[in-house]
Amino acid sequence: MKGRKRGSAVEESGIERQITLPLGMAIKISFQSLRIRFWRSIITTAGIFLGIAFLVSVLVSTSITNAVIAEAEEGIQARQIWLIAISLLVTVIGITNAMLMAVTERYREIGTMKCLGALDRFIVELFVLEAGFQGLAGSIGGSLTGVILMTLASMARFGARNVISHYPVFEILIWVVGGIILGVILAVVGAIYPAYRAAKLPPAEAMRVEI
Amino acid sequence: MVAEFTVRTRHLIKEYVMGTIVVKALQGIDLEVRRGEYISIMGPSGSGKSTLFNMIGGLDKPTDGRVYIDEVDIAQLDAFELAWLRCRKIGYIFQTFNLIPVMTALENVTLPMIFAGLSMDDAIDKGVELLKRVGLGERIHHKPHELSGGQQQRVAIARALANDPAIVLADEPTGNLDLRTGRDIIMLLKQLNEEKGVTVISATHDLKMIDVSDRVIYIRDGKIDRIVHREELDLQVGRVEGEEAG
Repeated sequence: MKGRKRGSAVEESGIERQITLPLGMAIKISFQSLRIRFWRSIITTAGIFLGIAFLVSVLVSTSITNAVIAEAEEGIQARQIWLIAISLLVTVIGITNAMLMAVTERYREIGTMKCLGALDRFIVELFVLEAGFQGLAGSIGGSLTGVILMTLASMARFGARNVISHYPVFEILIWVVGGIILGVILAVVGAIYPAYRAAKLPPAEAMRVEI
Repeated sequence: MVAEFTVRTRHLIKEYVMGTIVVKALQGIDLEVRRGEYISIMGPSGSGKSTLFNMIGGLDKPTDGRVYIDEVDIAQLDAFELAWLRCRKIGYIFQTFNLIPVMTALENVTLPMIFAGLSMDDAIDKGVELLKRVGLGERIHHKPHELSGGQQQRVAIARALANDPAIVLADEPTGNLDLRTGRDIIMLLKQLNEEKGVTVISATHDLKMIDVSDRVIYIRDGKIDRIVHREELDLQVGRVEGEEAG
């Protein structure tokens, strides 16, 4: 054990290691933080919304076209892949930027939490949860919007009856679920670095930061 | 094991590097604080009070020297033990109150108890009791921005006491408060010090603090200038109040 090496003083003093933050509490705190900065949260969420809506639109429109015109076998073109990749990249950069700001303006709060006994892990957890919720909300909205818009567009192109009778339900379900998962992952990836950096600071330093 | 000294520092040194200049904030502080004492650390701004506060509270690492809390060298604690120490052993009070802005008074007070593993019900019961004790029983569901400075500081005091710490560290607790509110906060700290036997260490340049202190430690240029005991203090009160008036 690591403790043994340091001699008996630490053990005798009754210093323990157990510090907890129940998940329910963490979720509540991150929800409150989002609510109090409602419009900022909406903007971040909108960024994810647009990125995922674009991705899902392209995928769904291709699926429907293939289903309706059996011989078409229209693949996703290289140009579309580029567009998707770039739009997702922009989304991640947007989220990272938004999280950097959210973290920076809350250095004092982070320092205070650590004074109250929060582990570095709790700080990261809170920010990741916040980003995860934004990612979830944005990508659910984005996926559904993409599906609805592209279904309507295909109906206009091929006729409603054609689209409904050939509707590739299973494939579209996969795109929706995939879009939601991707949106959450992108949001969390964008948040981890700023949150980790803030959590590592000694509390005194975090509280000294003036913005 | 009950240690005689709750806080002990040995030749504490802290240097900050600012560009090419090395700022010596602390230049060898040796300090011993007994259980239940009420200590004021006095000194002009820039004298190293806050730096010393941060070192004792385990909020920053010294460049050299040791800090012992209940005879444990806190430099030897890992991240979990340090968090435990901050959570259970030490309560912090700041000049700027530092309440979590998105939480109500009660949520601010219960947070350290949640970290300590108390159930939500127990934490709320105790939080309400503590807020009543500091005179805020009516405002437990208010957010910090709905409270006055003095009230926010009372919430902060209740929060500092949440896990029955052995030590309360206060960094300029009256610095952002008017004269009367500051006096109330000082009296509250003194009462809690007597009731609960909690050791209070307060960095301050508020002369009102001298009246209630067992010892006053004067810091100048990162060194202990002199230490004045309570018995000697009484003789000086006249001079002190004269200074305050001027």
